[in-house]
Amino acid sequence: MAKRVVIVGGGAAGMQTALELKSRGIEPIIIERDMDLGGKVRDWHKLFPSFTPASDVLQPIIDKVRSSRIRCLLGQEVKTFAEDGVILRSEEHVPADAVVIATGFSLFDAHRKQEYGYGLYHNVITSVDLERMMNNGRVMLADGTEPRRIAILHCVGSRDEKVCQKHCSKVCCITGVKQAIELKQMFPTADVFNFYMDIRMFGPGYEELYREAQQRYNIHFVRGRISEAAQTINDRIQIKAEDTLTGRPLRMSVDMLVLLVGMSANRDNEALAAASNLSLAPNGYFQTKDSFLGAVQSERPGIFYAGAATAPKSLADTLAEASMTASAVERYLRDKYNNR
Amino acid sequence: MRRTSWQEYQKDIADDKYYYARSCIRQNFFPGSEKAFLDIMHNDLGIDIFDDPLHTSCTGIGYHSDIVPLETIMTVVARQFSLMADAGYEHFISSCITSFGIYNEILSTWEEFPETEERTRRYLKEATGRELVKPRSIAHTSDIMFHHRHAIARKAKRQLRNAFTGEPLRVVEHIGCHYAKIFPKSGIGGSEFPYVLAGMIEAWGGEVVDYPERRHCCGFGFRNYLVQANRGYSIANSHKKLESMAPYRPDFIVANCPGCAMFLDKWQYAIAEMEGTVYGADGHGIPVLTYEEMAGLVLGYDPWELGMQMHQVDVEPLLDKMGIEYDREAKYLGKNGKYIGKPDIAAVNCEEARSIYEIKR
Repeated sequence: MAKRVVIVGGGAAGMQTALELKSRGIEPIIIERDMDLGGKVRDWHKLFPSFTPASDVLQPIIDKVRSSRIRCLLGQEVKTFAEDGVILRSEEHVPADAVVIATGFSLFDAHRKQEYGYGLYHNVITSVDLERMMNNGRVMLADGTEPRRIAILHCVGSRDEKVCQKHCSKVCCITGVKQAIELKQMFPTADVFNFYMDIRMFGPGYEELYREAQQRYNIHFVRGRISEAAQTINDRIQIKAEDTLTGRPLRMSVDMLVLLVGMSANRDNEALAAASNLSLAPNGYFQTKDSFLGAVQSERPGIFYAGAATAPKSLADTLAEASMTASAVERYLRDKYNNR
Repeated sequence: MRRTSWQEYQKDIADDKYYYARSCIRQNFFPGSEKAFLDIMHNDLGIDIFDDPLHTSCTGIGYHSDIVPLETIMTVVARQFSLMADAGYEHFISSCITSFGIYNEILSTWEEFPETEERTRRYLKEATGRELVKPRSIAHTSDIMFHHRHAIARKAKRQLRNAFTGEPLRVVEHIGCHYAKIFPKSGIGGSEFPYVLAGMIEAWGGEVVDYPERRHCCGFGFRNYLVQANRGYSIANSHKKLESMAPYRPDFIVANCPGCAMFLDKWQYAIAEMEGTVYGADGHGIPVLTYEEMAGLVLGYDPWELGMQMHQVDVEPLLDKMGIEYDREAKYLGKNGKYIGKPDIAAVNCEEARSIYEIKR
């Protein structure tokens, strides 16, 4: 009889791990809190650095999960993880031979950075709002007109001790570059500014895209964080920053301010970890057994991780890690049952 | 304005029995405001508030000017708290924003570094023989007015409305930096969207004006003003705020900080004299009120009893707009009808300008 593995989370990490396990002859069960599979990528329009439509990546995975008849328990939340399965909020025990935690991350709530007026000023939006607008086919200001000047602010809820988010969210820099290019493609005459504290172009093709943004699209990059945003009398957004390269304060009005919201650890990680005897890293993500040789293992045998449950990751990294997790689970099950 | 985030920042404010600490600046520039506060609390609301003649300056201006050392100011503050305990009170309220920041800073320092509290206790004992008793709560007097705003609204003689059109008055609220920018949780509404004055304005029928430089400092900033060479920076800050708020055509500005009320008022005079620019309607300045004056007008106090003749920018256009009856001739008559002197006519005021610089209007 096939060994059964419960995967908690039906986003990219969970689904890809399930497919990898299935291909190894292991029976996966996906437990997802939402009523649909797909996770956060569902909201995304195009992916960096290739501008591949997100649906071109996500939909084939979802289709494959469905055609593989992988069992999915949708709309279910997990209360406790254990090596012999999970207990749902409904107190139902779902037995398994191993568990994979692929619960992902939460988006930083931009309301917490009150100085930017998100939720208060019409044309202050987040990077996720922008992706949704692009998915809906039109990016526009609240009054239905086109923006002529746009500011994109990096590191909103990342590397910010004031909101207890000390970590780098890793993907925002390149997302800012990608979105700036997309905006410039939509509105060629618009001025687009990226306000950053560091530009971290770590992935293949990222640095090239950053350069292209400047040279081909004439996108402006200003090294300095915006200190505050306020609405002007004509519904524009006044921003203040310091250009730290010139050492001068800067004030300008823009039509739209895009906040690149970071990746935060899920709020319920703490309760789940406590109930399941797992550790959390100081940033609130699940702590892996080891950064090098146990990057997908937890401290408890039989409980594994995949994707952004342990740290901010790009979609490419997440999908690659899913294979790693499946291999580790397969090895664990083989050792466990061969030894009996 | 859709500001709701202030509700996330609340603090416990006592209902009654306050120990009142005065402000050095306000006693000089807005002496009527502190009296109005005490009168409103005592007479209108029936609240027990103790105005202790034994307390002193908190020495905050000296502290922020690097004249008074930290150890000294901590000991002075410890003495104020000790006086409060002697008088049988537990809720300390401060009329001054600078002092309010100081009290919060020192209480927080004692909490974070208990050895500093022990040292202060020792100094206080050695210097005065007193024992330090920390307050049960600390609040700014604008917090207290905010706390009782609905009770004041129930007793109001008039609202913050244009008596002729019935429209709400458009009010710029300016919060002193040291109210919540040091400790956001010490202010109602936090530091970004403070609600302490906005709550009063809304409760009394006015409309809060949000404008781009709402959060900007008035420019007092101690060394910005106290060092004469820096005063250009001070006026530049007020100028920036006035330029930003002017398109919204506010009926008046209300502030909860002594320095802010003073500088937003008096720099209007300086700007008018230097540049010929005025920011209010009909070629006048924008009146700048303290929150006690605003409350006093709502409660039907006489504007000259409130000390509004001490303002640089004339308040008469506002009084007329609110339909307030007052004696124009009594403006510069002090207590017992004694003439207290009259300032020179200036561009920012209602009477025809006759400045020494012959500024074009």
